[in-house]
Amino acid sequence: MSLTVTKAGVLTTFQDLGRAGFAAQGINPNGAMDVLSARLVNILLGNPENRAVLEMHFPAPELKFNQNALIAIEGADFSPSLDGAAISNGRPIPVKSGQILGFKKKLRGNRCYLAIKGGFKIEKWLESASTNLRAGIGGFKGRALRNGDLIVFGRECAEESGAATFFLSPFFSPLLFQNEKIRIIPGPEFEELTALSESLFLKEEFTVGLESDRMGYRLSGPGLFLLDELELVSAAAAFGTVQLLPDGQLIILMADHQTTGGYPRIGNVISADLPRLAQFGPKDRIKFETVSVQEAENLKIKMESDLNLLKFGLRERGF
Amino acid sequence: MKKSEPRIFPLGDNALTVSFGNEISPELNREVLDLADHFAKKPFPGLIELVPCYSSLTVFYDIGLVRKNSFEFSSAFDAVRKKAEKALENMENKKPTPNRLLEIPVSFDPGVGPDLEDITRKKNLSTGEFLKIFTSNTYRVYMLGFLPGFAYMGEVDPRIAFPRKKTPRKRVPAGSVGIAGSQTGIYPIESPGGWQIIGRTEIKLFSPEKEDPTFFQCGDLVKFYDSNR
Repeated sequence: MSLTVTKAGVLTTFQDLGRAGFAAQGINPNGAMDVLSARLVNILLGNPENRAVLEMHFPAPELKFNQNALIAIEGADFSPSLDGAAISNGRPIPVKSGQILGFKKKLRGNRCYLAIKGGFKIEKWLESASTNLRAGIGGFKGRALRNGDLIVFGRECAEESGAATFFLSPFFSPLLFQNEKIRIIPGPEFEELTALSESLFLKEEFTVGLESDRMGYRLSGPGLFLLDELELVSAAAAFGTVQLLPDGQLIILMADHQTTGGYPRIGNVISADLPRLAQFGPKDRIKFETVSVQEAENLKIKMESDLNLLKFGLRERGF
Repeated sequence: MKKSEPRIFPLGDNALTVSFGNEISPELNREVLDLADHFAKKPFPGLIELVPCYSSLTVFYDIGLVRKNSFEFSSAFDAVRKKAEKALENMENKKPTPNRLLEIPVSFDPGVGPDLEDITRKKNLSTGEFLKIFTSNTYRVYMLGFLPGFAYMGEVDPRIAFPRKKTPRKRVPAGSVGIAGSQTGIYPIESPGGWQIIGRTEIKLFSPEKEDPTFFQCGDLVKFYDSNR
C-alpha cells in the first residue's frame, strides 16, 4: 500500500510525539510542532497516538493514493479536498485508490497533520519516527518530502469502511482559542527584567517574525532589558523556552530547538498552550501572561483527561 | 570557595533545573554529574530524561506519572524538587563517577584549520608554540549540546583563548576543531558555525547507525595530539 507525492509542498515532514531521551547527547527531540493535533489525527483513526504523521505547511502537498485508505486531517484548516471535492478536518475519511488529496487555501492555522489508518511505514531512529532535518536522519530519509516520493502505509481499507458519522468537536482544536493569551511560567531571569520591561512584556503585543520556523519563533516587539547585563553559562533549554536576545527581542524555542542555550530565560510556554502557539505563523500577534507551575500542570492534566474521554467515546462507537 | 546552595527552578511545567552556580568549573560540573548519576541509577516513576550542562542539571518528567506517584504534593514540580533536595543532602558521601580519557588525533594543516594563522598572528605565537599549548592541556567535556554529539570542552589556556568569529561561517565541515573563548569543541556534522577553526579530526563523533550514536559523554577527559607528527 502506498501513496505518491505528486507535489511536495513547502515543508512536509514525518513527525511523531518526539525523540525524548537523547538531549544529553545534543540530539534534540524534534516531533510534531502541534502535538495535540498530531495525537488527534491518530486517535480519530484508532491508531496508537505516537504513530508517525505527516506535518504539512502551506503550500501543502498533493498526494495520490495508490490503494484505498482511511485518513484523518486535523490542525490548520488548509481546505482539504479529494479529487477537488471539499472534505473536512476532524473525522475519518475513506479515500479510494487513484484519488488525489489536495489543499486549496490556507484558511486558519499554519500546520496541518495527516494520519492514515494502520500507520505509515516509517523506520524509527532512536525510538522515534520524527525527522531530524539538522542531522538529516529520521522520518522519511531524514528530509522533507519531494515530488515523486513513494510513501508506504500499513493497511488497505475496504471502500465503504470507516466513513464517519461524526465530527470532532471544535473544542479540541488548537485553533479555537487562538486570540487568547499565551501562558508562561516565569523563568529564572524573569525577575531580572527591569520594572518597565516586565510590564511591557505582560502588556504589549509581540509579532511573530518572518524568519520563524520549526526551530524557533523570532518575535518583534518593544525592546526588553535586564537590570544588569548577564553572562550565563549554557544550560538546558526546552520546547517553549522564551529567551531574551542581546538586542532586546524575544525568541521562543520550538520543536527543533537546540538542546542547550545561553540566553536569559524569561519563561516557558506551558504544555497546554504549545499546540496553540504551534499554529501561529509570521505576522500573528502574541500576548503573554504568567501562571503558576501548579496551574500549568492542572491545565495539562485537564487536556489529558479530555483526550481520554474522547478516546473512550470513540471506542464506544466502535472506532 | 564557600559552597552556595543550589538553586532549583522550573523549566516550564515538565522540567526543573538544579543550578549549582553560574560558572565553568570542574567542581560544579562534577556535582552536576553526581546528581545525574543518582537519578540515572534510581529513576523515579515519570522520569523522562536528564540533561547535564556546565553547572546545572535539568530533569524532564511526565506530570501525570509523577503526580500519580506522589499524592502528598500539590504539584509534580514540588514532588521532583523534593527528590532533588533529598538527593543533594546525600551527595557528600557519593563516590565520584570515573572519567574516561580519550585521545583525539587532529590535523592542524592550514587547509583544514583556516583560522589558526590569524590566531597565532594576533596572539604573537608561532604555530609550534600554539600547538604545544593547545595539546598539552587535558580538557573536560562539560556538556553536549548545539549539535548531535557536539562536546563543549574546557578550558583553553588564556594564551590561546580567542573569541568567536563576528560573522559565523555558513558551512563548517564535520570534524572541525574550534575555539570559542576559553572553550574548545569539535563539529560532529557539517553545520553553520562561528567557532575559530584550528584543525580537523578524522574521528567520527556522530554515528547515527549506532545504538549509542555520539562519541563523547559528559565528564570525559580529552587530549588532542597532532596527527601529522
